[in-house]
Amino acid sequence: MEDMIVSTLERAMVAGTPLLLATTGEVVCERSGILNLGVEGVMAMGAVVAFIVTMTTGNPWLGVLCAVGVGMAISILHAFTAISLQANQVVSGLALTMLGLGISGMMGKPYVGKPLLVKMEDLTLPFLSDIPYLGKILFAQSPFFYLAILLALAAWFLLEKTRLGIQIRSTGENPKATETQGIPVARIKYLCVLIGGGFSALAGAHLSISYSKSWIEGMTAGRGWIAIALTIFALWNPGRAIGAAFLFGFVFVVQYLLQPLGISPNFLSMLPYVATLIILLFISFKDPRRLNAPAMLGEPYKRGER
Amino acid sequence: MRGISKSFHGIPANQDISFSIESGEILGLLGENGAGKTTLMNILYGLYQPDAGEIRINDAPVRIHNPLESIALGIGMVHQHFMLIQNHSVLENIALSHKDTPFFFPTVKIREKLENFSASFDFNIDLTKKIWQLSAGEQQRVEIIKALLNGADLLILDEPTSVLTPQEIKELISILKEMKAKGHMVIFISHKLDEIMDICDRVLVLQKGKIAGSALTRDTDKISLARMMVGRDVVFNIQREKIDRGNQILSVEHLNVMGDKGLPVLKDISFEVFENEIFGVAGVSGNGQRELAEAVTGIRKAESGKIRINDRDITNTSPRHIYDQGVSHVPEERIRFGIAPGLFLYDNAILKQHHLKKFSKRYFLKYKDVKDHAKNLMDDFNVSAHSIHSQIRNLSGGNIQKLILGREISEKPQLLVASHPTYGLDVGATEFMRNHLLELRKTGSAVLLFSEDLEEIFELCDRIAVIFDGEFMAILDSGDRRLNDIGLMMAGSKRI
Ligand SMILES: Nc1ncnc2c1ncn2[C@@H]1O[C@H](COP(=O)(O)OP(=O)(O)OP(=O)(O)O)[C@@H](O)[C@H]1O
Ligand SMILES: [Mg+2]
Repeated sequence: MEDMIVSTLERAMVAGTPLLLATTGEVVCERSGILNLGVEGVMAMGAVVAFIVTMTTGNPWLGVLCAVGVGMAISILHAFTAISLQANQVVSGLALTMLGLGISGMMGKPYVGKPLLVKMEDLTLPFLSDIPYLGKILFAQSPFFYLAILLALAAWFLLEKTRLGIQIRSTGENPKATETQGIPVARIKYLCVLIGGGFSALAGAHLSISYSKSWIEGMTAGRGWIAIALTIFALWNPGRAIGAAFLFGFVFVVQYLLQPLGISPNFLSMLPYVATLIILLFISFKDPRRLNAPAMLGEPYKRGER
Repeated sequence: MRGISKSFHGIPANQDISFSIESGEILGLLGENGAGKTTLMNILYGLYQPDAGEIRINDAPVRIHNPLESIALGIGMVHQHFMLIQNHSVLENIALSHKDTPFFFPTVKIREKLENFSASFDFNIDLTKKIWQLSAGEQQRVEIIKALLNGADLLILDEPTSVLTPQEIKELISILKEMKAKGHMVIFISHKLDEIMDICDRVLVLQKGKIAGSALTRDTDKISLARMMVGRDVVFNIQREKIDRGNQILSVEHLNVMGDKGLPVLKDISFEVFENEIFGVAGVSGNGQRELAEAVTGIRKAESGKIRINDRDITNTSPRHIYDQGVSHVPEERIRFGIAPGLFLYDNAILKQHHLKKFSKRYFLKYKDVKDHAKNLMDDFNVSAHSIHSQIRNLSGGNIQKLILGREISEKPQLLVASHPTYGLDVGATEFMRNHLLELRKTGSAVLLFSEDLEEIFELCDRIAVIFDGEFMAILDSGDRRLNDIGLMMAGSKRI
């Protein structure tokens, strides 16, 4: 029983990692006022690129790097339509998702089902990993796990404790006022969309080269959408995103715990999505003021208009 | 600036304007609402690009594409409408605009700077408060501090004093004079002629986008400035005839209200307002005026106490219900609470009346009637805009205020709750609006007036309450001699 709990929690951490990465990226992006519904597509792109590069070069870190680069590059599309053309961000984000899913499916065709032989070694921290129970859960994980937590903390620090952070948040709250202070609003928004894209791709890379070590079409399985919901659940705070992501990681693996009880597996695999719905429902009852959503989220901003 | 022209959608806002300013000079900019003052300054600040003309600094032509460039050129600006991030703290807002904000831990450094700075300008605002928790006057102080802290060579102030108290205005003026002594330049926009006469060396008057004239303040006086601006003589003393008050309209008993921070801001307030009466609430902004206005109009919850209109209890009923009892409201922050900026002028003309029979039939609006009504409002209240199809946010500040006042007054309310009703209006329009309020009083309405402008309070009100820290320090007839100590009462050091 003990073993089972430890291994469930351990797997919850693994399952939560891509959610945390993608959520952190979306938080940064949305704090600048840009809603990016392209997470799912960029994640798929990151996954396929990381997989192909790792497979052909044998170097997983190079794969990660390429994935992040491609994720950022493809996100420019959304940035351009949303920021420079002031188009509807929902439409443009959805387009990015479809594009990402389509291209990744095409690129990955020859690689479907091939196992990845190169392994990314788990990073076992000395001493800490010897702590009973906790050591195994928290301190003997893949490098992605630590990276995700460090990046989330870094994003929190960036947003709350730096000048750039104030500029990003101000842009999302009131781009006009921000611009009158001499801050290049459009550039800040571009930057944040790119950061968001990089994070989504990193999440995808984790899925293909560390989590499942293979590629199949549709392997992102809606995690990008869940990350968008988690952004709201985390109240746009990367610090809270850590808790939110691993809670959902747990929901992802709890189905394996419940399966022996004779509940239909199809029903169980619905769990993360149902949990997302329930949480969004609860959040919508909260006082919007407390919710802390960026005031101008999703609103196109045009210079020189009053 | 030479030969500056700018038009919006083919309608000129500035035409061939040329002027200059020398170091150590304070230039006043006067003009009616919609004359193009803000537009001209926005061009200088780099927010708008002129259609024609050029800007020269030290005789070198410059092109200012955005505020970043103008800030680098030493130009600072306090905007007419607050350029503040509502959900951020005072500190974060100042850190955003300050040019030497450090990258890491910006707020720590800014706090230190402000503490040094507040020796010369009494800031007196809780720096960790969020902007939305501040009153209009406090927000304006934040704006001024932002500009002063950047130490600009040329400081543009677009109606900086409209909601400041006399004391705060004095402080600001002494700072401006100090800047002038150091060789800085200031462009000062205001509708208060006394201030202009007091601070400025030279005045430039705009009329319908063109220069109507300029004068040295030492060679001119208020009357002739007003004439240059409006094109006719303006009466500075409004006559308030004596009328006996009628029945009681509003009664407030032992009202307690919480502020945004969850602390009590109104403590056991009681008063009545009668027909044919203007009841003024004087006080430094942030002492509970906003909360009182919001409680009476149903926007804010009353913790305890009773509010009655015509003896009918309306405590904590919906704003719509209260409106239907004949209560109109001119809110303190017009952009945030008075209008829907993206909608057309005619939509905004019926924001609250849309459900009335005369404007709608079942689920549909009667657009023809709505538009006629909007046209009438524009005519009756001298709202100048291109057409009723303009988006309301493109109107000049004063014209937005005129439309709101018109909308609220034209309904012939039983009770009008008005906060700073003449905020941002030019002298002509102020005169016009004050006469409208007196007209309303004459026809039997009650007016609950909040203002920081003591002149306005004394000119209009039959009875005056002085509010401090959520309590009335006194309620006196406007003729009462004890009102000579109103300054002390506003500061909370005297109570009657
Ligand atoms: N962005 C814009 N789009 C369309 N019209 C505009 C815009 N900005 C200003 N205008 C118009 O230009 C004219 C001048 O406006 P401006 O704000 O400069 O007046 P103002 O002198 O500052 O008046 P006030 O004293 O009321 O603030 C107005 O008629 C206004 O409707
Ligand atoms: Mg103006």
